[in-house]
Amino acid sequence: MISYIVRRIAYAIPILIGVNIITFILFFVVNSPDDMARLQLGERRVTQEAIDKWKAERGYDRPLIWNAPADGVKKFSETIFFTNSIRLFMFDFGQSDSGRDIGYDISQRMWPSLAIAVPVLVIGLLLTITLALTVAFFRGTYLDTWAVVLCVAMMSISGLFYIIGGQYLVGKLLHLVPISGFDSGIASVKFILLPVAIGVVGGLGSGIRWYRTIFLEEINKDYVRTARAKGLSESAVLYVHVLRNALIPILTGVVVILPSLFMGSLITEAFFGIPGLGSYTIDAIQRQDFAIVRSMVFLGSFLYIIGLLLTDLSYTVVDPRVRLQ
Amino acid sequence: MRINHFVKIIMIGITCTSLCSCGDVAWNNPYPRSDDNKSIFYSSFSERPKHLDPVSSYSENEATFNAQIYEPVVQYHFLKRPYELIPLTATAVPEPEYRDANGALLTRDANVGAIKSVVYRIEVQPGILYQPHPAFARSESGDLRYHGLSIQEIDQYHTLADFSESGTRELTAHDYVYQIKRLAHPRIHSPVAGFMGRYIVGLNELQGDLKEAAKTGDGFIDLREFEVPGVKVIDRYHYEIHLSEKYPQFVYWLAMPFFAPMPWEADQFYAQAGMKDRNITLDWYPVGTGPYMLTENNPNRRMVLQRNPNFRGETYPSVGMPEDEAAGWLDSAGKTMPFIDAAHYSLEKEAIPGWTKFLQGFYDSSGIVSDSFDQAIKFSSEGEAELTQEMRDRNIRLATAVQASTSYMGFNMTDEVVGGDSERARLLRRAISIAVDYEELISIFANGRGIPAQGPIPPGIFGQIDGAPGINSYVYDWIGGRTQRKPIDEAKALLSQAGYPNGRDANTGEPLSLYFEAIASGPGSKSILNWYRKQFEKLGIQLVIRTTDYNRFQEKIRTGTAQIFGWGWNADYPDPENFLFLLYGPNAKVVSQGENASNYQNDEFDALFVRMRAMPNGPERQAVIDQMVEIARHDAPWLWGYHPKAYSLYPQWYGNAKPNLMARNTLKYKTIDPQLRATMRARWNQPIIWPVIVLFTILFISAIPAYRSYRRRQQETLK
Repeated sequence: MISYIVRRIAYAIPILIGVNIITFILFFVVNSPDDMARLQLGERRVTQEAIDKWKAERGYDRPLIWNAPADGVKKFSETIFFTNSIRLFMFDFGQSDSGRDIGYDISQRMWPSLAIAVPVLVIGLLLTITLALTVAFFRGTYLDTWAVVLCVAMMSISGLFYIIGGQYLVGKLLHLVPISGFDSGIASVKFILLPVAIGVVGGLGSGIRWYRTIFLEEINKDYVRTARAKGLSESAVLYVHVLRNALIPILTGVVVILPSLFMGSLITEAFFGIPGLGSYTIDAIQRQDFAIVRSMVFLGSFLYIIGLLLTDLSYTVVDPRVRLQ
Repeated sequence: MRINHFVKIIMIGITCTSLCSCGDVAWNNPYPRSDDNKSIFYSSFSERPKHLDPVSSYSENEATFNAQIYEPVVQYHFLKRPYELIPLTATAVPEPEYRDANGALLTRDANVGAIKSVVYRIEVQPGILYQPHPAFARSESGDLRYHGLSIQEIDQYHTLADFSESGTRELTAHDYVYQIKRLAHPRIHSPVAGFMGRYIVGLNELQGDLKEAAKTGDGFIDLREFEVPGVKVIDRYHYEIHLSEKYPQFVYWLAMPFFAPMPWEADQFYAQAGMKDRNITLDWYPVGTGPYMLTENNPNRRMVLQRNPNFRGETYPSVGMPEDEAAGWLDSAGKTMPFIDAAHYSLEKEAIPGWTKFLQGFYDSSGIVSDSFDQAIKFSSEGEAELTQEMRDRNIRLATAVQASTSYMGFNMTDEVVGGDSERARLLRRAISIAVDYEELISIFANGRGIPAQGPIPPGIFGQIDGAPGINSYVYDWIGGRTQRKPIDEAKALLSQAGYPNGRDANTGEPLSLYFEAIASGPGSKSILNWYRKQFEKLGIQLVIRTTDYNRFQEKIRTGTAQIFGWGWNADYPDPENFLFLLYGPNAKVVSQGENASNYQNDEFDALFVRMRAMPNGPERQAVIDQMVEIARHDAPWLWGYHPKAYSLYPQWYGNAKPNLMARNTLKYKTIDPQLRATMRARWNQPIIWPVIVLFTILFISAIPAYRSYRRRQQETLK
């Protein structure tokens, strides 16, 4: 097991380097260091001297990836790519192009993202599994048919519609919760109710359909027939035996996203004015702040890799037959 | 029996929740209940301010905060129009003193060439104190308490509020001089450093000296040790600024935050090693003498301005325009400002939630986005904008003002087809000027919020002329007391004279294709780009739209490779120079990266500009401006476009809401009636519970057959 984990972590390094290179290339294909400087300094009365000064201070006056005039290893090390990337692997995010400590900003902004993402995941998962099992219980009946129709309809609706519709109905017409905003501590509850509810409802359609399929596949297996033959009630069959055996595909979908939960939701955070990491990333892209974009992409990739590793490990927990080698 | 029991539970539930919702509590109130009756102004922002250091700050959204905190020596009169400068911390608006090469005093109308030195002598009012700030805190021994901190000590601080002690001191002339020197600081990026270096004697040299000083370390550079010949402290309350040439518009710059005071203590405090790593910088925590101070800077959620307890107090103006009295804008005359205790600005990235909150009474002012325009505004039969019944029912008021800005379509004058000084190109540009119907554009795409421009200078700025004498006779006729765009046939005739009859090159027979550069901004921009295409089609010209990203668009303008493009300008100050310089040859983008985006160059215009720039407002200056505008209209380097009109909505509890498009420090003039606001909020936001109860009831009832079916299946036996 240990050697498996070490090997997986070792595999992660070239993946992270690859992600870093792709982020770098994509970013600088669209934005040159001069463009970044102009956006940071403003558009009016900016001189080339000020732009050069800004670039020099942040190391953007170096060649992008290859420093031809330099000697030896400096051809590679004295470049924007190298100087900006190497620290990332030590999780030193440094300062944003506007001068803020990225690590501190991430530590502050992950909590609002988690405040939304964790309840959405937990409530959504419980509700989805319960409803999917119920639908599976009534398989072949009119209830099953209409549930599938409803799920398809819910899947077909854009997430944006849920947000705008939810804000309109709950916040504007019914006046039940603030339409947007955020606060700290217990005062945040009234602000997260609506985004959490929308997040849960928005995910129900696809979740129920997917889990229903998983459960139906399990229901037809021999061990279920055996359980029924032993005289177990249908609910015991479903909630004890089928659910446990269906956990592997469910875990595949859930555990992998656990570490990335705090990366936040881009659209939800923007519409509800939630100061999470989703809006942090979007703001950075709009401001052409490469230091933040690079850090967030790196962090997202790292967490995704961790998520995949955790998923593999979780298989051994829910299914003792699985051995990691 | 069981059903009856269920119905009873439902009825009790409905009654309870209905009773709960009948109180005066707004469930959707985003603010704490304890703040309901406080004198707090609530507003929003969509993008975090990039800079709060006054030497770097140049954006509108930054001025919303900075202008309430920092106090330059002069400010714009809140009520008077045209805009007029009045003292803020100075005892009087500074007047320039002109001297010749021998030091002899010259009159204001002296020949520009004879003027070798310009001096602004400024007297600062005594007794003005800075806001409480840790940079001023002193220990018992009199040393500055938080200066000379070690990195380990700084590590325990995360925000300015973590510093338990604070202090203050009196504002002096040294602080203004210190700030002017900061314009040249090598580690701070002032957008006007290069520009001011052309005028303020010795500022460019200071940049060189400071650059050398910065090489020796990355710590604090004590600007007090550097002398600048053009910026001198005379005594505690007096200082001088020496300019190398006559520049009458300089006094307007003195009203901007670039020339606000900066205490050296603050500069040294923030420059300590480790402060920047803790995000404690002047760009984040401003320090000023103004009526408000920034006590919470969390631009990811909220920014809070609190009344500065050390503010000296200022009186509300007693004189305004004739209509101000009737509008109630003189009701506060003579009273001590500021009136509001705090201002809370919440992050609102999307327009719809912001608009809804305004309608619910949770924001105290709002603009009108296009999506909500029809809900707020209707036009009378005379074409006047009026509030809709829904707005009137809420006692919401509308304030409109033509902005000191212009939005135009520029021709690149270095382009070989549309540019240049040839008659052929000029006629082509004038034909297009007639064909592109800006009245229609304003009506369709700006909801009528704008007025067609007759030249580069917007209304409200000296030099612009209303009525028949002020029309652009190349594009409009004056008929029946109003402007009327010339008929399209006239444009076609001009096009024919230019050598493009029916939009085809007379020599080659090829159709004329022109290229319009636009920033790709999603599906929303498609309709206006199609509209442009149709305007050119009226002349038979094929308009090719080249959409690109923002960076490439800027690059094309900078390098002069764009042919036709859309552009705009907001006034820095209310002087015609600030608009006419957009057409001044030496300011051309391709020449000097200046603000002349169309690269227009006309020797006569340029000579007149140099003359006009140095003249005081008056009939003589007006005559020169008229000549310049006529030259520009004749050459038509722009389609003059339109001047946008700002529409603002205010609820009944918000007072002194007169729009002032030049002043940014207007929060101190505003009033709030918090009791009325609390009452109206409660009335407008009664929670409505019954749909939720009905929904859950339906879900519950729907589940009953499923439950029965489940029970039946559980109890089934094999047959």
